[in-house]
Amino acid sequence: MIRRRDFALGAAAAVLAPPARAERPALDEMVRRITGGAALRPGRVTLDVPPLVENGNAVPLAVAVDSPMSEADHVRAIHVVNEKNPQPQVISAVLGPRAGRARLATRIKLADSQKVAAIAEMSDGSFWGATAEVVVTIAACVEEVK
Amino acid sequence: MTARVLINVPKTAKRGEIIDIKTLIAHPMETGYRTGPNGTILPRDIITLFTCAYNGVEVFRAELSPAVAANPFIAFSTVATESGTLEFRWRGDNGFAASATAAIAVE
Amino acid sequence: MRLPLVAPLLLCAGIAAAGEIAPADRRSDSVLMRPELRAMQDDDSANPGMLAVLDGEALWNAGDKPCASCHPGGMRGVAARYPAIDAALGRPVDLEMRINLCRTRHQNAAPFPYESKELLALSAYVAHQSKGLPIAVADDAATHPFIAEGRALFTRRQGQLNLSCAQCHDDNWGKSLAGATVPQGQPTGYPIYRLEWQGMGSLQRRLRACLAGMRAEPYPYGAPEYAALELFLAFRARGLAMETPAVRP
Repeated sequence: MIRRRDFALGAAAAVLAPPARAERPALDEMVRRITGGAALRPGRVTLDVPPLVENGNAVPLAVAVDSPMSEADHVRAIHVVNEKNPQPQVISAVLGPRAGRARLATRIKLADSQKVAAIAEMSDGSFWGATAEVVVTIAACVEEVK
Repeated sequence: MTARVLINVPKTAKRGEIIDIKTLIAHPMETGYRTGPNGTILPRDIITLFTCAYNGVEVFRAELSPAVAANPFIAFSTVATESGTLEFRWRGDNGFAASATAAIAVE
Repeated sequence: MRLPLVAPLLLCAGIAAAGEIAPADRRSDSVLMRPELRAMQDDDSANPGMLAVLDGEALWNAGDKPCASCHPGGMRGVAARYPAIDAALGRPVDLEMRINLCRTRHQNAAPFPYESKELLALSAYVAHQSKGLPIAVADDAATHPFIAEGRALFTRRQGQLNLSCAQCHDDNWGKSLAGATVPQGQPTGYPIYRLEWQGMGSLQRRLRACLAGMRAEPYPYGAPEYAALELFLAFRARGLAMETPAVRP
């Protein structure tokens, strides 16, 4: 599938090339790559992420998608992408009717205050999404990497 | 040494019930963008793939990037279809591999 | 390292008079955290510190002369009494030091290095068994001189910013410093999983980070100043419930 290959290629390129923050695709471009240019519809996707965090190293994030998760109508995949990290990808999950409920919870790293987007890819080929803005703060007294 | 893992799966469930699973694994998830104490880049070292199979059938899969936080926590749902074993597998850079199982009794 | 730019401004503003926090106002630092972090801490299936507790349990039961062989009843209540005076040394030791003293004195084993995965895992495992119990370090003739020493260190202005611990953590807790809420600095959950470190760390490591952040010279690992300061902090926190492993930003 084109979208999955794009994701894998992006990851491979990031491993081979030295880190280049300026080169990463913008959030909108990344969303376009995932949907293959198809429109991203608002709704059905709930993106739960705190609006302000004390530290960007472990930001709790949860995605839930309103779907019957039946054979005929289910979420095929959930993609999470970010706006300002060195790489746009965060996590991609493959679901299906066996999931029962379309949900995913994890903790992510955010390098700076930025937008995060969650995209649900449906069995009928449609794409639905939600965006959230996270402000990342940091403790007043920090030490360097040991 | 295998990585420490913490799995939360209900021990029993009713047939057709949707169960919530929580997984936690010890792993640095080094992004490849941090510099170490002597100024050189710390090489990337992450888990790239997590899968859950239910009696041998894959029911969940996640592709992880460096943006997943250290000691990855992944929670998801699955339908309790039958009694058996849930098998969790993690794979990543530098040949990293870990697995864990949990038994479930479904009535 | 980031400079806490607001600190000099706080000093100029003429902050409230110094004094210890009233007993009824003392709170765990958990209370000032955002709800998402508290949820992470409270869920044993999501708290990354629990991975260290599990590692500690394995170490506790491993080896030719495992810790379990001398402590078959478990360690409930022990960590709540630490730091404690070591009779042979005649001064207080914290939990990590105690574990290493047990290793060298009773297990014919080399001490674990400070902040090593093994030492933090054992400390987390032992301290976790006191979770929910009130901190209750000894308050007697033996500990009083060291508590006083710790209090002196806590209230002493030091470093390039000429700041004392008390000025932030006694006088201005709950207020914002550079976007972060100043906690009281109650050591209820050590060793902690700190998001900044992306891993576990001891109270000693946290204190070293505080000193460096204040632009003061941190004492070397194992320095008696830490034990005295930790004993004072535990005395200051007496009655608050242990929370190990806590999650902190």
